[in-house]
Amino acid sequence: MTIKFVLLVNKQGQTRLAKYTDSSLTTDERRALEAEIVRKCLTRVDKQCNFVEHRSWKVVYRRYASLFFLVGIDDEENELGILEMIHCVVETLDKWFSNVCELDIMFSLETTHHIIDEMIANGCIVETNKANALTPVQLLERVS
Amino acid sequence: MTLRLRDLIKQVRQCKTAAEERDVIAKESAALRQAFKEQDGTYRHRNVAKLMYMHMLGYPTHFGQMETLKLIASAGFPEKRVGYLGLMILLDERQEVLMLVTNSLKNDLNSRNQYTVGLALCALGNICSSEMARDLGPEVERLLASQNPYLRKKAALCASRVLRKVPDMLESFAERAPTLLEDRSHSVLLAGVTLLLDICAQAPQVVEAYRPHVPLLCRVLRSLIMGGFAPDYDVGGINDPFLQVAILRLLRVLGRGNAEASDAMSDVLAQVATNTDSARNAGNAILYECVQTIMAVESIGGLRVLAVNILGRFLGNKDNNIRYVALNTLARVVSVDAAAVQRHRGTIVDCVKDADISIRRRALELVYALVNEGNIRTLTRDCDAEFKPDLSNKICMLVQRYAPDKRWYIDSLLQVLVQAGAYVKDDACRALILLVVNAAQLHAYAARASYRALTANLAAAQPSLLMVATWCLGEYGELLAGSAGGKLLEGEEPVAAGAADVVGLLEAVLQRPSASAAVHEYALTALAKLEPKFGGQAQRIKGLIAAFAQSTQLEVQTRSVEYSRLFAHPAIGPQVLEHIPPLEESAYDASLEPGEGAAAAGGAAASSANAAADLAALLGLDAGLGGGAPAAGPLTVTFQLSKAGGDPAATDILASFSNSGDAPLEAFTLQAAVPKQMTLKLDPASAGALPPHSAGAVSQRLHVHNSLHGQKALVMRLRISYQLGGAPVLEQGEVSNFPAGW
Repeated sequence: MTIKFVLLVNKQGQTRLAKYTDSSLTTDERRALEAEIVRKCLTRVDKQCNFVEHRSWKVVYRRYASLFFLVGIDDEENELGILEMIHCVVETLDKWFSNVCELDIMFSLETTHHIIDEMIANGCIVETNKANALTPVQLLERVS
Repeated sequence: MTLRLRDLIKQVRQCKTAAEERDVIAKESAALRQAFKEQDGTYRHRNVAKLMYMHMLGYPTHFGQMETLKLIASAGFPEKRVGYLGLMILLDERQEVLMLVTNSLKNDLNSRNQYTVGLALCALGNICSSEMARDLGPEVERLLASQNPYLRKKAALCASRVLRKVPDMLESFAERAPTLLEDRSHSVLLAGVTLLLDICAQAPQVVEAYRPHVPLLCRVLRSLIMGGFAPDYDVGGINDPFLQVAILRLLRVLGRGNAEASDAMSDVLAQVATNTDSARNAGNAILYECVQTIMAVESIGGLRVLAVNILGRFLGNKDNNIRYVALNTLARVVSVDAAAVQRHRGTIVDCVKDADISIRRRALELVYALVNEGNIRTLTRDCDAEFKPDLSNKICMLVQRYAPDKRWYIDSLLQVLVQAGAYVKDDACRALILLVVNAAQLHAYAARASYRALTANLAAAQPSLLMVATWCLGEYGELLAGSAGGKLLEGEEPVAAGAADVVGLLEAVLQRPSASAAVHEYALTALAKLEPKFGGQAQRIKGLIAAFAQSTQLEVQTRSVEYSRLFAHPAIGPQVLEHIPPLEESAYDASLEPGEGAAAAGGAAASSANAAADLAALLGLDAGLGGGAPAAGPLTVTFQLSKAGGDPAATDILASFSNSGDAPLEAFTLQAAVPKQMTLKLDPASAGALPPHSAGAVSQRLHVHNSLHGQKALVMRLRISYQLGGAPVLEQGEVSNFPAGW
């Protein structure tokens, strides 16, 4: 029951953030994988379900305006739970950036990674409380 | 001087073509290399951040790996933060530089700053190799008992990775882990439950020791659903759904196959099932998990009814997500309680026609699992472009396995060939022909059915249909035309076709502009076969065949010329061109066996009995389970199974070979075959010859990956050849008695 990767992709299909916990893929394979998955997910319409099966993974995706959140999971994981988790991550990002948009994530890649790391570690959900997840990030902000 | 990160991103964004983007990155990479060479420490932080950006775009960044290590070793938190981020993103456990980071990690794990420790734990959990796990395991274990909840939760997740890498540390962690269940912080609890789940998955023997914690888990779960509003972890009015889901999953592992534990949790499961609000996604996530737990543990009947009702409600839901998980759960439940699933058959079959591919695929899997002798006749529907290959295969397989009678078999397969001929495998076509040959009373029917199928669909027919139909017409065409046609079968429409019509149809097949060489070959053979039987059409047939004497396709040309020569010998021609006699089915079995059916099919019983006699397959964990069967030959094969990595679907098999005879076994080779849902990789054997009276002197490793793990058991066929005293010996057999769960 693990999360294999987290991807943030814009409407044009460009990757804005990529995080893998499954280290079996090389850079080229990852790029190819991203292209395949993004093609599959972006062509779907709103009414269809938020899950796509790809190779041995399931991809749970959710769209927020022009940004797609894609999470790759194995067969054991609770798909609805992950869908809820994506929303939780987005709410946290929203709280930090106050109305998060694609540009925020692009230009503050490091902070975004930091926030997601506080919430999802080693492929498992670790923290779902927004305030708790943001405390270390806030501290870091104050220091630098 | 290198750019600022912001400027680099802006430049990349302004690029209009991929080539421009490559230029910008190449230029910046060169500048970065230069900066790294100069050992410039001031901008190191920024440079590594840029590397991460470039890595995300898919460009090579290996030249910067050392820089991340330097950042980790630096004192400031922001630098460390970027360093660890770079470590997690740019490196993985395969890289050797990773060895160098162990020391920095050790220092940071002992740091007094909780956030530094947190960073190190997070990074270790992401990239740790087995050497690092061995070195740093004790630190992680110490942090599990830390006073600080922030560290406890991170240490718990890190521990699961460490244990995956070094299973022998399991014992001490397994003892410590349950203390996390008494934690008051939700996130530590969540991480603790996750760790326990991971330990149970790796070491099933621990499950027993964890069962006493069931009441505690139930208490926590009950307080989550019954306790009042808790703002910290509230999701739409539901208290920490993530924790609830994790606890339900752990209960499932602990309750499986144990009546006492299942009994202890039944109350709380019923409470969750009845009290959870199904109007929200978070609530449905919990219900979804709860239903799976109820169905997996030894629940009482009433609870199961509750779960099945929830599934029924899910299946009728308008939200496609909910329907998807309902189908998913039903697929898992079908082996436990097939009757409950059968009740929803109508809805499931509707889902196969859904517009959403994910739902269609799930539904199809489920339909496949549901089909049996009783309901196969209802499995008639038109296929859908995306699923044709898969669907047509599955239909063929199901038809072969469950066909109630032969006529139905012929009808169904012809129908599949008409609708999705391009995707039907050769096996299925061959099996159909074989069946027709061996069913003497259906020869005329097969000819009529082929004639009908071909005339109705000539324009759009696929090669597979053309081949099967022309074969039947060639073999039994005279039954169609002559008076020997016999009575029509019940419900069959009469066919009005004379010899001229049959030949005309075959001519049309030959003249199709797109016909392939293989189709030409079939049609020529069919015409040749009909020549002695259709006296009146002989000249026309000869003309048609002779027309291909100049064909550029060698095989077609050969046939044309040879058949023409054959007609010149009226004494032997008709004998050569008689009906082919019934075929030995067993001779075809090897190629026809659908693979998956092997374990279930009755015919396989004989071969597994042989396997036991030929080949004693001792199966066991730690050589403890399973007894030896006496081997007839001097050769004994022993399988030792182990699970590779964390993937339950992958199995490593160590086959060791023993020779009890007095003579050496030379030129020894092992070949193995698995059904198509599995993949097999064979390493070379450690030696090519088995010395006399040796046990386990030669071994060979097999790696099996079962894509349907949990649904289909492992099964494989072995073929072993060797030379005993110069004489070649071949032994083969099937191994289908792998222990459950592998």
